[in-house]
Amino acid sequence: MSSNMNTRNTKVMNRFDVTSRLIGKLKHEEAVIGGIGNTNFDLWAAGHRPQNFYMLGSMGLAFPIALGVALAQPERRVFALEGDGSLLMQLGALSTIAMLKPKNLIMIVMDNGIYQITGAQPTPAADVADIVAIAIGSGLANSAWAADEEDFERLVEEAMSASEPSLIAVRIDDKPGVGTTRRDPVQIRERFMHGLGVREPL
Amino acid sequence: MAIAEQATQGSSDKSWHGIVLQTLKRNEISLIPYVPDRVLTPLIKNLHADPFFTTFATAREEEAVGIVSGAWMGGRRGAVLMQTSGFATLANVLASLAVPYQIPLILFVSERGTLGEFNYGQSLVCRTMRPVLDSLALEHHTITRLDELEFIADRSIKQAVTTQAPVALILSPLLTGGKVFDK
Repeated sequence: MSSNMNTRNTKVMNRFDVTSRLIGKLKHEEAVIGGIGNTNFDLWAAGHRPQNFYMLGSMGLAFPIALGVALAQPERRVFALEGDGSLLMQLGALSTIAMLKPKNLIMIVMDNGIYQITGAQPTPAADVADIVAIAIGSGLANSAWAADEEDFERLVEEAMSASEPSLIAVRIDDKPGVGTTRRDPVQIRERFMHGLGVREPL
Repeated sequence: MAIAEQATQGSSDKSWHGIVLQTLKRNEISLIPYVPDRVLTPLIKNLHADPFFTTFATAREEEAVGIVSGAWMGGRRGAVLMQTSGFATLANVLASLAVPYQIPLILFVSERGTLGEFNYGQSLVCRTMRPVLDSLALEHHTITRLDELEFIADRSIKQAVTTQAPVALILSPLLTGGKVFDK
């Protein structure tokens, strides 16, 4: 929504639509970590999968949690969905990921320039900072803005066979999430571990 | 510090850091993100030197907590190393991730702020640590004696895993020598 982003000529997309397109591409039980708030609400609304993990707090930790999963299971592709406001809380995590270079980690940033869920206040970065430039400057060379939905899908496909971690930034509108995640942290964690093959149900 | 550290350099298995390293290994804890601390330096150095461990610095302690939490869910065990002031940044992630999701988060905290602290800020931060741990009913032990270290660390790690609950192991200056004014 900011002026510098308009100059990038990227289309304003919708979080639920983009999330649904991502889920539609997952055929190999890829893990998906949904960041706090609308990001995981739309992940939930796109259709629950046992390989989804939904955060109910700890704002900013979607990428670190996904990094941990990626380090534990290097053969599995791991996606993390994070809002721009959340990412701003933990920019140092980008450098940690750049240093470790897990090729199976794919970061997606949903950037609307606002804290939608608290009343749509603009983030401090909204008019001045560029998430992709920050990521590249943090050492994540394979970072790009998605120009539109087709470009997003193309970037996801590229990332699934990349030899280094990827970051895809998507400019999104100011709509709230479509669904609401069931806030049951133990069940979320347990089912995620079943989905990753770490445990069997009782 | 100088005397205590000289005595423990060289990473014999009888040093505090040698015992911590071996206890981590025996419990198959291989992922070690940390935010550094002067007192932890010999442990960090030896962890880096041992290919069993994936040891790396993070920018913040809560980032490290997120990483080992994700790794646990993916089937790999980790532990986080930090100092007291780093622990003070963790109340949110403990209360919203580790405790409610029942993740056996293992924290090693090098204790600053007591027994000869020279920095007033560190001494105040230290006083916030145990009240935060107690407010969440989070298991914690302060390790002061070399002859108790292995027992406490080994049993606490096993209890964290089997009860799916976090544990904080506070390494007292009585154990490590701490950090003194001339450093």
